[in-house]
Amino acid sequence: MGKGGWRPQKKVLILYSQCHWFFCLWVFSPEGIESFCLAVGIDHTDVRILMLAWKMQAEKQGYFTLDEWRRGLSALHADTILKIRKRLQELEKEVMRPTNFLDFYVYAFCYSLAEEKQKNIDIESACELLTVVLGFRFPLQVSKFIEYLKSQNDYKVINLDQWTSFLRFCNEINFPSLDNYDAELAWPLILDNFVEWMRENL
Amino acid sequence: MEEKTLKDMKEEEIRKMEKKTLKDMKEKEEKEEEMRKLELMLSNIEIKGLSNETLDGIKCMTLYTDIYIVATDSNQVFNAKMYSKYKEFHNDYLNDIVLPHLRLHHGEFLLKEFETSWAHYSKVIHNRLHLYFRYLGRYYVAREKLLNLNDVGNRCFIDLLYEEMRSRVMDAVICLINKERDGAKIDRELVKKVVNVFEELKLYEDIFEERIVAGTKDYYSKKASLWISENSCPEFMLKVEECLEKEENMVRDCMKPATEQKIVSEVEHKLLVLHSTQLFDKEYSGLKKLLEDGKVVDLARMYRLYSRVHDGLQHVCLAFKNHVTAQGMALVRQTEIEVNKHVVKNDVGALQNQQVHLIMEFIKLHEVYLSYVNDYFQSNSMFFKVLKEAFEVFCNKSIAGVSPAELLSIFCDQTLKKKSCDNDKSTEDTIDDVVKLLVYISDKDMFAEFHRKKLARRLLFNKSDSDEHERYLLTKLKQKCGRHFTSKMEGMVTDLTLCQDTTASFTDYLRDNPDMNPGFDLTVTVLTIGFWPSYKTCTFNLPPEMLRCVEAFKQFYQTRTKRTRITWLFSLGTCTIVGKFEPKTMDLIVTTLQASVLLLFNSANRLSYSDIKDQLDLPEEDVTRLLHSLSCAKYKILKKEPDTKTISKTDYFEFNSMFTDRLKRIKVPFPLVDDRKKVIETVVSDRRHAIEAAIVRIMKFRKVLGHHQLMSECAEVLSSTFRPDFKIIKLQIESLISRDYLERDSKDHSVYRYLA
Repeated sequence: MGKGGWRPQKKVLILYSQCHWFFCLWVFSPEGIESFCLAVGIDHTDVRILMLAWKMQAEKQGYFTLDEWRRGLSALHADTILKIRKRLQELEKEVMRPTNFLDFYVYAFCYSLAEEKQKNIDIESACELLTVVLGFRFPLQVSKFIEYLKSQNDYKVINLDQWTSFLRFCNEINFPSLDNYDAELAWPLILDNFVEWMRENL
Repeated sequence: MEEKTLKDMKEEEIRKMEKKTLKDMKEKEEKEEEMRKLELMLSNIEIKGLSNETLDGIKCMTLYTDIYIVATDSNQVFNAKMYSKYKEFHNDYLNDIVLPHLRLHHGEFLLKEFETSWAHYSKVIHNRLHLYFRYLGRYYVAREKLLNLNDVGNRCFIDLLYEEMRSRVMDAVICLINKERDGAKIDRELVKKVVNVFEELKLYEDIFEERIVAGTKDYYSKKASLWISENSCPEFMLKVEECLEKEENMVRDCMKPATEQKIVSEVEHKLLVLHSTQLFDKEYSGLKKLLEDGKVVDLARMYRLYSRVHDGLQHVCLAFKNHVTAQGMALVRQTEIEVNKHVVKNDVGALQNQQVHLIMEFIKLHEVYLSYVNDYFQSNSMFFKVLKEAFEVFCNKSIAGVSPAELLSIFCDQTLKKKSCDNDKSTEDTIDDVVKLLVYISDKDMFAEFHRKKLARRLLFNKSDSDEHERYLLTKLKQKCGRHFTSKMEGMVTDLTLCQDTTASFTDYLRDNPDMNPGFDLTVTVLTIGFWPSYKTCTFNLPPEMLRCVEAFKQFYQTRTKRTRITWLFSLGTCTIVGKFEPKTMDLIVTTLQASVLLLFNSANRLSYSDIKDQLDLPEEDVTRLLHSLSCAKYKILKKEPDTKTISKTDYFEFNSMFTDRLKRIKVPFPLVDDRKKVIETVVSDRRHAIEAAIVRIMKFRKVLGHHQLMSECAEVLSSTFRPDFKIIKLQIESLISRDYLERDSKDHSVYRYLA
């Protein structure tokens, strides 16, 4: 490993240890992340943190391991706070590309699963996540869908299949006319019910 | 001398040549003479002479020989001439004699003339000429491949008389036939003869058939529009049937068989097809009216007629379907109104009567229209199909919230409870009818569940009229719906038969172990779990007498088998209790729970609600119901303080020693709780499982399948038991996806994959 190769790594380490006060387990904790966010200048609920997590392929929500951290920052080609700030903007554009967005979207779901064996997210968290991840892109659909989810009782959780189908729904179905939606196709039942609810409450 | 000889020789030669030439010339002259003679002869052969019957043999011979000589002439010059002369003779005859003759006559006479002319021409004239010119025919004509002499005759006839035949002769024929159609009697033989002429001329199809068919078209077009406006539907059909018969008759008699189909189809087309809409839609006698009035003879005729026409029965079939559906729906609506009246009045008995009545009406309707299909529509499969479709429409309509499956089970229940003293129909026939109706109901599993519940009640409370009938129904259901449909119910019936054995053994056991004998007559019915509907068990303190009975049986059952465990269902038992009332001692037939309430009063005269509840350790609603049945219902065996119509927790109860009744043995009714909702719930949850199992089975087999196909295959697999709701199928698919049994294809979201 040449001199050039080591330097960024070292800088990354320094950065890491600078931000992380509770450095026991080599795991970037929620508090550490918060301070990191402060340093970078974004809100810790900002979607860009999620995007960063995606870049890192982080497994556990709220925690970054050293490897993940390394992975993420080297993918961003950033080793100072300034560079990170800059790169984050570009990161946004990168994620928006259709090929990446689906991946990011699915990742967002899996990342939000609180426990190991869990497969579903509860409605509340799902609504929040939707706002963060899709709110800027499909604001109308997201707000209506959240309204529906909050008003109904049939579903208490959302599973991955329903989650992915919702993105497809936003991409393919005309909103708010819903004229090209066909309930006889393989849309999940929750979307059938959503469309019915929309049509009734129009 | 030599000079002389040479000269001589030359001279001789010249002389020889001269002789030869002379000879030739002479021969030629002779020949020419002959030719001229022959020509003269030919031109002299007058037709008149020919047409004479009596032509003497010598003249014939001479003619023949003359022609022979000319024909054999080495020059072959005259053959062509003779051939054309031959033709000429024919044409002359036709033009001079035949045509004028024909032109003189009309109508029937024309036909007669035509026929005789031809006969004479072909048999006499033509044959004669042919005879004379035979040598020519054999060699010259064959060699030159000309039209042979026979055909020349026909050809001449056709060429000259074609137009005549086509127009005047055929007009006459058509006129004659129309006369017969109008009812007059005609000379059919004449027609036959004319047909023969055309056949011999090989013009039958071209001229005769074509014109006859056209004539038929015209005739019936006119008649059709006339008749349709003048006649009612049945009358019209009668006419049509007659016409068809007559036409067939006539064609078979006079014309060639191939013509029959053509004529008949023309008639059918003009009479049946063109005006069919007008016919069916006739206001006072059309198809709808015929069905409503039950005019079966006319309907049968209509079927017969329209089955001849391609696609002719579509309309009739549809009208039949609409009619049956309308009848059924009318029954449904009527019953709904009646039932709602009774619901308002809360008259349960009348309500049930209406429901039973509806099923009976359905059965009657089915019988009637089945007989229609069999007797009048010749068991045509199309009609069976629409009958089924019609019944499926109204047999699946709920009446005041009660599904038809349940209605049918109520009807079944009543039928099997009734004593078989019904005169008009045997129970077995009624059972057959029930099964026939079941075929049309889509929620068959709902029926099965309700029936199972009611069967249980019938078997346990001994309400069933005959075991044989129960088994008969089950056999029929098994035949129609499969083994799995009736397996549980059959188990139930078998359990009861086995019970008799058990009871016998129990009696023996008690006899052998007198110390175990509780001192009461005890019959225990052992039910196999799974066959019987599930009943809830509750905690219950048995009175000591009953406790002894239970113990005895327990001990006995242990001796039989150590492996099975028995749970007691006290809510289903009955008990005969002796009530020592002051007026008279009576036998009271009560349920086990009611009996235990009453037995409490053996040790205390007056008890409060809470006392009773505590002592029996039963849930409140059960206690309330029990006490209500004993103190506020028909028989007041207990006196209630205060004497209100409902039970409250502060009531007090006392034994009514003054209670009496006309009979010595009474049954104290205990109304059973309405578990309809529970049955429906069971069915719904069973359906979910069935759908899931079907989806898994299908996907396991197919591995990869599109959404639509999966839905339709699933529905088909389950169709024999119930009609699944597509939403539920979707729900189950999603549930299977989330449990990793299936996944969506990553490229095509409407395709599912089976995950092993």
